[in-house]
Amino acid sequence: MTGGVVRPYGDTTGDGMVQVSFTLPVPHDKRAEGAAVQLANRMGIDPALLVHAKPIGDGFTFFVVYGRVNHLVDLAAVRVVERDFPLLSAKEVNAVVKRRLRRKLSVVGACIGTDAHTVGIDAILNVKGIAGEKGLEYYRELSVTNLGAQVSVPELVDAARGARADAVLVSQVVTQRDAHLHNTREMSAAFREAMPVGRRPLLIVGGPRFDESQAAELGVDRIFGRGTTPGEVASYLVHALITGRKVRAA
Amino acid sequence: MTGKLDLDPVLVARARELARRAGRPVVELARSHTTVSVERAVLRLAGVAGADPDGIPWVNRLVEAVASDVGLGHGVALPVFDALAREQLTDVTLLAQKAAAGSVRFEVPSGRAATVARRAARVAVGAGVRRIDRRRAERDRLVKRYGDPVRRPWIYLIVATGDIYEDIPQAQAAARAGADVIAVIRSTGQSLLDFVPEGATREGFAGTYATQENFRLMRAALDVSSRELGRYVRLTNYASGLCMPEMATLAGLERLDMMLNDSMYGILFRDINPVRTFVDQRFSRQVHARAGIIINTGEDNYLTTADAVDEAHTVTVSQLLNEYFAHEAGLADWQLGLGHAFEISPEVPESLRLELAHALLARELFPDAPLKWMPPTKHMTGDVFRGNLLDGFFNLVGALTGQGILLVGMMTEAVVTPWLSDRDIALQNVRYVLGAAGGLHEDFVPAPGGFIQQRANRVLGEAVELLERIGDQSLLSAIAEGTFGIMKRPPDRGRGLDGVARHEAGYYNPAAEILERSA
Repeated sequence: MTGGVVRPYGDTTGDGMVQVSFTLPVPHDKRAEGAAVQLANRMGIDPALLVHAKPIGDGFTFFVVYGRVNHLVDLAAVRVVERDFPLLSAKEVNAVVKRRLRRKLSVVGACIGTDAHTVGIDAILNVKGIAGEKGLEYYRELSVTNLGAQVSVPELVDAARGARADAVLVSQVVTQRDAHLHNTREMSAAFREAMPVGRRPLLIVGGPRFDESQAAELGVDRIFGRGTTPGEVASYLVHALITGRKVRAA
Repeated sequence: MTGKLDLDPVLVARARELARRAGRPVVELARSHTTVSVERAVLRLAGVAGADPDGIPWVNRLVEAVASDVGLGHGVALPVFDALAREQLTDVTLLAQKAAAGSVRFEVPSGRAATVARRAARVAVGAGVRRIDRRRAERDRLVKRYGDPVRRPWIYLIVATGDIYEDIPQAQAAARAGADVIAVIRSTGQSLLDFVPEGATREGFAGTYATQENFRLMRAALDVSSRELGRYVRLTNYASGLCMPEMATLAGLERLDMMLNDSMYGILFRDINPVRTFVDQRFSRQVHARAGIIINTGEDNYLTTADAVDEAHTVTVSQLLNEYFAHEAGLADWQLGLGHAFEISPEVPESLRLELAHALLARELFPDAPLKWMPPTKHMTGDVFRGNLLDGFFNLVGALTGQGILLVGMMTEAVVTPWLSDRDIALQNVRYVLGAAGGLHEDFVPAPGGFIQQRANRVLGEAVELLERIGDQSLLSAIAEGTFGIMKRPPDRGRGLDGVARHEAGYYNPAAEILERSA
């Protein structure tokens, strides 16, 4: 699918049907239902079919609306970050590191700031892995240091220096008040300050709420979003640090 | 409701004996050490309150001042009350303020001065313990007046806005919608603060700071709800992290009803020093026992990092250890909200039968404990429709296995902090399942020798094997070697180690003295 214009699909091509649910801070009555339909209309849903309205709590009503949207999407105009490196197996990753780097590739990972949710970094680093894929600790040619949760940025920089990190992986789950963005900027600034270009490890952040196209803005080399697997991260490391090195330097 | 699994009573007794053997050296360690947070809790009971202009509580300033003059190993009670007499003061908070300004010198009294200081400390701390006793009697009175929820499990809902004044209407709305227990999630990272913040707070990250004033405000609001609804609505917070003993004390003073309090969670998931944790834990559990607080343990956490099928027996082992430590500290069975969770991947064949086997095993091993049943989190993917179905099956297993406390699962787990509508849909799910199948446990008897019985017996067998391995090497080395939840935590590392001291000869802690006697 490279081009063409699409609209949502309910049960017939081109019917444009969607389903949304939302709460309005008003008690349930006729006017509330009218308000829900009006909101749906403004969202481009016309006609809007109000299929469910239920009072919840004091002075709130929950709605489910089905209807046809008049918006179109031009697939040719959609911009996403496509994977720009080949996906390798664990065996292939190990083989490339051994043959081309001739030492273990050092990876340091952490959750920084007050974020205590290690689920992301653990999924990528722990042997246990995720979705049946083993984590980076399982890769024979990678040396992994998992600093765990609530690591301060200076601690991370020190640990990266101590482990002679080729790459630093940071996981951010908590997004309240954009904490994930602030923490990432603070981290990338600290590495820029502490180490000269060329000595600085590859900086990678991951988390469910990042926009993958924001890497440059946040001062990191790569952002991984929801559903990233250890194999993708390992393949990227090999690409960015070894096989694609010349391209990166140029 | 025992006897559905045909468990071997000899094996069950063996499991308890092994848990006792593994836990006893840790209790000895706890009895021979103190920590800065235990000593601060003692001062809170003695009436030290408030904080300096930078927000550092006076209990922290006073413990620091005593420790820098005479160390922590004698306990702070004698040096503090000796100084109070010498300075001719009656207010311990005033002494803390003078000490912080550097105008008080502390010493370890001997002879008659020691006798006088000991008596004064005991009187002051005794008054604090009596305040806890009064709050417990008050709870008993209110439960009698308003009544307990009409059915089990109690429905447990989480509130977490970061702003106590936003939490209050949300908690009251949740109670009105059917919640029996309200838990206010703490701000991310509070467990690693070595002090308890002061006052009402409106800024938190993914949760609200636990402070004495926030406790008081929320309890008062839920008392209003209890009166309105005609049932006593319980309040929960966290006695975990570096300030565990102080949290327990403040909970007792402000009539909180449940506290999350796990024996190993802080060690494994927060990298808090194991010795610090076990010392703090024993004192906090003694306070909970006295205050009539139900503890909730955190076994669900193991299953979020390890495989819920392969590692099911580590949950059983942790429950047995938590039970041993709790009983040793004076908690009764009705106070043991031992945890477990619905975390088996829905892709695993027969996952519901496996869940039933594990949940029933916990029920039958601990027949008099109000088990805490935790919803799926690890396999909640963002597909909210499937998530709602998974939560329905979780609720069904809770009803079928007679769980005591049911933490309501949210279909938006791993997506957003729950919206008002998420909570409403989740409660509707619980009400439907309990309404449609609340009594099904009477008819639900697993086939003799069938899948569920075999699975439960196998998990118990694996738990006994693991306890036998721990027994040969001690719990501390098992933790150091990563036996629980993959993390390796040696006893000479981790946060808070510098706040631990071995008892010197003549160590005196009036709170421990009073609480040991009541245990």
